[in-house]
Amino acid sequence: MYQENEVKDMVRAALSELLAAQGAAAVSPSRPGQAAGRGSATAVEEGFVPDVTAVSTKDEFHVPDPANREGYLAMKRSTVGRIGVWRAGPRYNTWSMLHFRADHATAQDAVFTDVPDEFVASQGFVAGQSLCTSKDEFLTRPDLGRQLDEETKAKFARELPKGAKVTIMVADGLSSAAMVNIPDIVPAIKQGLKGYGIDVGPIPYVKYGRVGSMDEVGQITGSDVVCLLIGERPGLATGESMSAYLAYQPNPDRPESWRTVVSNIYAGGTAPAEAGAHVATIIKKILDERVSGVDLSL
Amino acid sequence: MKLKTNLLGKAYAFRDVKDVLAKANELKSGDQLAGIAAESAQERVAAKVVLANMLVCDVRNNPVVPYEDDEVTRIIQDDVNERIYDEIKNWTMAELREYILDDARTAADMQRLSRGLTSEVVAGVCKLMSNLDLMLGAKKAVVTAHCNTTVGLPGTFATRLQPNHPTDDPDGILASVMEGFAYGCGDAVLGLNPVDDSLASVDRILRMFHDFRNKWSIPTQICVLAHVTTQMEAVEKGAPSDLIFQSIAGSQLGNEAFGVTAQMLQDAKDLMASKGTSTGPNVMYFETGQGSELSSNAHHGADQVVMEARCYGLAKRFSPFLVNTVVGFIGPEYLYDSKQVTRAGLEDHFMGKLTGISMGCDACYTNHIKADQNDIENLAALLVAAGCNYVMGIPHGDDIMLMYQCTGYHEAESLRQLYGKTAIPEFEDWMVATGLIEAGTRKLTKRFGDASIFLS
Repeated sequence: MYQENEVKDMVRAALSELLAAQGAAAVSPSRPGQAAGRGSATAVEEGFVPDVTAVSTKDEFHVPDPANREGYLAMKRSTVGRIGVWRAGPRYNTWSMLHFRADHATAQDAVFTDVPDEFVASQGFVAGQSLCTSKDEFLTRPDLGRQLDEETKAKFARELPKGAKVTIMVADGLSSAAMVNIPDIVPAIKQGLKGYGIDVGPIPYVKYGRVGSMDEVGQITGSDVVCLLIGERPGLATGESMSAYLAYQPNPDRPESWRTVVSNIYAGGTAPAEAGAHVATIIKKILDERVSGVDLSL
Repeated sequence: MKLKTNLLGKAYAFRDVKDVLAKANELKSGDQLAGIAAESAQERVAAKVVLANMLVCDVRNNPVVPYEDDEVTRIIQDDVNERIYDEIKNWTMAELREYILDDARTAADMQRLSRGLTSEVVAGVCKLMSNLDLMLGAKKAVVTAHCNTTVGLPGTFATRLQPNHPTDDPDGILASVMEGFAYGCGDAVLGLNPVDDSLASVDRILRMFHDFRNKWSIPTQICVLAHVTTQMEAVEKGAPSDLIFQSIAGSQLGNEAFGVTAQMLQDAKDLMASKGTSTGPNVMYFETGQGSELSSNAHHGADQVVMEARCYGLAKRFSPFLVNTVVGFIGPEYLYDSKQVTRAGLEDHFMGKLTGISMGCDACYTNHIKADQNDIENLAALLVAAGCNYVMGIPHGDDIMLMYQCTGYHEAESLRQLYGKTAIPEFEDWMVATGLIEAGTRKLTKRFGDASIFLS
């Protein structure tokens, strides 16, 4: 088994390699001298310009001469909204504008980058795919993202145990970056369930999968509880957020209200290890009460 | 009425008016998801040709949801002025398009025309318009409305100040309120989307807004965008609300998904007439957005543009102060990318104005759509050029509660400068009196953008 940090690094490295291959993240130093005018080459210095995202938006303050500085800073402590950002004429200050763009870039990369196959393999997942054949189709056809392709159905039927108490499954959903939570949350759920004497078998993975894909997995495996870990639609600068969807004997005929959700799982929200323990207790409750979603008393 | 045409040597036949309307629509991922879009670019043009040859009465007499089955259809049909309709019912849709674009058309002509149209006719002519047509047509259809101040006057451009907070923290909300007013935002309305939709929460925030507005003598409107029934309860109990808000859909079924009926909206309007804090007469605020009917399976097989137009037909019954489409919020399965969002924003603004309602737009995008802040600045600029009554204003375009991005506080003054517009007149005077801009020159002072001026 890989150590947790190694896996995280692998996800990050694989994602950034992919980006570099697409030419999106290639950073190359400008070549000295060539474009400089009037014969005087600009000397290239060592070192980095400051990271515009290093200071959190909560601490970023640009108003040069406020009527009440202390009061303004207190206002900033009451919200994560981007206030106290100042302006260039009526437009945005350069630094807050670049910070915003960096945060949006994080969200966009989380959505539009695929989870590397190597990551799926490294986790020992049973890899499958929805009926979607591309990211574009995934984004525009939620109906297809809820269904497994025929090959995956056969593979899951072949390789996953029948009638398990609990099946944990993973889908990329709307954030590939959310996969960084997997090495923390999966062991935490397993450990919690072990405390109740419940073992968990192989973990199916659905590429281009929506929440509804858990219904077909439930049908194929006949598991009492299916727990789906899936990437959430990213917010600005929160590309790593994951949700856990839980349902008792899910199938496509159940209403959406049959699902229980634990959302906002990431380092800046509910930490994945902590969320994993919480998810395990909910799974136990679902097993005991034989219901989930709005019918479950939490 | 003919449902067939030849185009480029190929024959095209359509099932009915609803099919023609759907296939004549510009490409939208939502219509593809619904399985009703044209299957080729040529079929799309063929549908436009068939539509252009239809008479206004053909389109009116074939509502996309039957009169007997749907209260939205009944409201739209019953509110038509039959005399005005009689004057135009035998025009082709092409003639209607050219009537609107004719440079002899005045705002009064447009107002009169709007009373003879059903939403299907509004949507139909929209499908024959290019983007620039939509802008020019909308600009002629001036619609003003009065609550405490007047929105929509030519030469003005307003914003809604949207100070959302992930936990409704009063200090956090107020911080964004101060920042917004310091940037000259909020002349259309100060309106919060609450996380906590409870009566106590709505009441608390309305009182906070009311006190702040009174303390600084800000000429504007206040509103908390909870469910209509919660706001009504709050107003009944004495909460100070200038407007009552509700999201609406273009079919009865769609409104049921929002938990509203036309009667509820009428009751809300009546309540505001007797217990609201505002001058009126326009006291309602509605939000809409292409695709919402499909997402609740309430579209009756019709396309998202015609369903959106029907929202406006419903809204008009209640003489709203504000209506805005939330154009990029729904996701790429309905509006695929910035091109489709831009088109939808221009369509919705045009259709709203042609319907005769005070139209604004939340030009926005989520993080799983191929759009960014540049695209939304483009759309905002096109909308202001087209005479749009208002857009949103939020801190740096980042909504930390609804988790999407739209136009920021900075856009309000940028767009006013770009187009030589002012804020709503009373609010403009307040900006001068508060020392945010200089009288006459409108030059920004060093107080402009400094929220801490409101801390005393």
